[in-house]
Amino acid sequence: MEYSYAFLILLLPFLSFLVLGLCGMKMKKPVAGLIGTIMLGSLFAMSLYTAYEYFFVIGRDAATGLYPTVTVFNFTWLKFTELLTFNIGFRLTPISVMMLIVITTVSFMVHIYSFGYMAERDDKYKFEEYEHGFQRFYAYLSLFTMSMLGLVVATNIFQMYMFWELVGVCSYLLIGFYYPKHSAVHASKKAFIVTRFADLFFLIGILFFSYYVGTFNYDMNANPELIGKLASVAAKYSWLLPSALFLMFIGGAGKSAMFPLHIWLPDAMEGPTPVSALIHAATMVVAGVYQVASLFPIWVQYAPNQLHWVAYIAAFTSFYAAAVACCQSDIKRGLAFSTISQIAYMLVALGVSYAVDNHEGGLGYMAGMFHLFTHAMFKALLFLCSGAIIVIIGSNFKQYMGGLHKYMPITNICFLIGCIAISGVWPLAGFFSKDEIVSACFEFSPFMGWFMTLVSGMTAFYMFRLYYVIFWGQSYYELDPENRKKPGEVPFVMWGPLVFLAIISIFAGWIPFGHFVSATGQSMEIGLQHFEFTSVAWFSLLAAAIGIGLATWMYLPKNNPVPDMLAKKMPRLHKAALNRFYIDDAWQFFTHKIVFGCFSKPIAWFDRHVIDGTFNFMAWGAQEAGETIRPWQSGDVRSYAAWFLTGTIALTLILLCILS
Amino acid sequence: MNIPVEYFIALSTLLFFIGVFGFVTRRNLVAMLISIELILNSVDINFAVFNRILFPAQFEGFFFTLFSIGVSAAETAVALAIIINVYRNYHSDQVNSIENMKF
Repeated sequence: MEYSYAFLILLLPFLSFLVLGLCGMKMKKPVAGLIGTIMLGSLFAMSLYTAYEYFFVIGRDAATGLYPTVTVFNFTWLKFTELLTFNIGFRLTPISVMMLIVITTVSFMVHIYSFGYMAERDDKYKFEEYEHGFQRFYAYLSLFTMSMLGLVVATNIFQMYMFWELVGVCSYLLIGFYYPKHSAVHASKKAFIVTRFADLFFLIGILFFSYYVGTFNYDMNANPELIGKLASVAAKYSWLLPSALFLMFIGGAGKSAMFPLHIWLPDAMEGPTPVSALIHAATMVVAGVYQVASLFPIWVQYAPNQLHWVAYIAAFTSFYAAAVACCQSDIKRGLAFSTISQIAYMLVALGVSYAVDNHEGGLGYMAGMFHLFTHAMFKALLFLCSGAIIVIIGSNFKQYMGGLHKYMPITNICFLIGCIAISGVWPLAGFFSKDEIVSACFEFSPFMGWFMTLVSGMTAFYMFRLYYVIFWGQSYYELDPENRKKPGEVPFVMWGPLVFLAIISIFAGWIPFGHFVSATGQSMEIGLQHFEFTSVAWFSLLAAAIGIGLATWMYLPKNNPVPDMLAKKMPRLHKAALNRFYIDDAWQFFTHKIVFGCFSKPIAWFDRHVIDGTFNFMAWGAQEAGETIRPWQSGDVRSYAAWFLTGTIALTLILLCILS
Repeated sequence: MNIPVEYFIALSTLLFFIGVFGFVTRRNLVAMLISIELILNSVDINFAVFNRILFPAQFEGFFFTLFSIGVSAAETAVALAIIINVYRNYHSDQVNSIENMKF
């Protein structure tokens, strides 16, 4: 059978999680790392082979001209009723195959990179020892990879939800990897609670959907009977599908860090940087995008207006995150906001679609998926570069950097490639995917198009700002070379993955993505790849050029007074942006003052006084009763006998009275 | 000659209450044991008398009396053994000296 090895794609990482998790402490650290990496390497190979087989060997179905939806296996895990079962399966569609490649590529690179990152080094950056918890780290990475793969190959929405929660758990465990650090513990709790809160809506959406439609399946290609069911449900309850889908989207918004549920992602940067690259840039955070894309046919057909709400929310998020990213001094947080902004781009692309068509109204689907693919590569690259810088500098803050281009040439070039790619400059990856998104936006409405062009200009600005403050400008080391550590280049295990991802970031834009993934499934051409530049492309190139130029003017020269002057001119705006426009504080207020104060406190009072009071009273009563009758047990045999006699006589008399 | 049944019952009742009174008032363990024996004997008398009057052709009452005498003999042996052990441990034969069993 075709894809008969597919079950290994889920089983291998799970086994390696078990082995590393249970016996990790018995192993030498490099052995544990090698087990995880070799497993991931074989997964990478298998995913590539699956993609090759899916797209090129088996290819399109002769009858329909589409890539078929292949359900490799699908067994019943739990039977709710005769008709409603919870299945675990493995399903290949063009986007799930693409996700397999994204996940395994980034995960493999992160596995290799972590050998360098998760190590203690001496003053000369010579390797000393692997960090404490090295085995645990690789065990979590395996578990995460398993869960993420299970999520993308889900045959039904409930399986997706289950793995969705699993990736949430892995994210929690990995953010809190340095658990002795207070901030890491807080960040992991925050991430878990915020995403869990959002997932509650996802679950409610699933319950609505499955209760009325009577199935967890969502793929109309794999389950043709779903088409009729959906149509009858939509005819009977017009409110149902839009609200169920939107509730599910709220879950996706939590995972994909959409405003106002984005607050956990910047804090999640407390985790080790490879984790940020894998989970909080490339894979887990796009789960929300993947979810919307998986349900895309249902969205477009039954809830097009709500889909546009998604677009508006995402457009606002992308602008907001880009604005905040412009003045972050922690480089990882800057990248985190950039991630939020870029994920919002993908959701905008999906949200502006209004038809299942490759060009009119459905371009966004292809564009969003293309951007997901390219973004995963260059954002993982940027995060891994920032990890390399953090290893060398020992801090996340830009004031300790500056002028690193002399000391870290490879990282410098890789970071620059990542910046150019994300800014959308021809011919790197980001240009193609982002311009497709902007064209889709222009098809939807000119305002949306211009808005997203503006955001892409801001993207270029904040990315190059970050690049200049790290690699150019005044060097922190050179201010006091006697007492400060001299920066140096990272070892090969770290720059190897950087170079690999940089090469992908350069060339990924030339992949004829429309041939593989599109709204209808039919092959389509991306005009830009054939040098058919539209005005949209020129405008966004112009926006990128302005952004880059502005950043160069402001941040390239040493000690340029312009940024400080601007900050002084608009102190309130600058302060608000630094504080992320007080959204975290708003949530803090909401949870602490309103939820805790108005709901939790009365409930806690009721629990403490009424519920606990009842039981305390019962315990107190029993104790008092015991104290009262305890002296009766005097130990004096004669008094027992006297009482016994008295009682007998009394009983006899009573009986006599009754009987006579 | 026939002794009226009331006389027997009066005797056994008298014996019973003497036994109870002794059991409640005396503190000496051996005296209490003797009181118990008095109670048992009063019951034995009742068994014998009622058998004789009510079922003269049968012997269950007499046998039960014998049985009860045997049991009380055994019980006395055990009780004396306990009393001796109590005396060894507490150096006293007074019942109120054994108060470890209370709460």
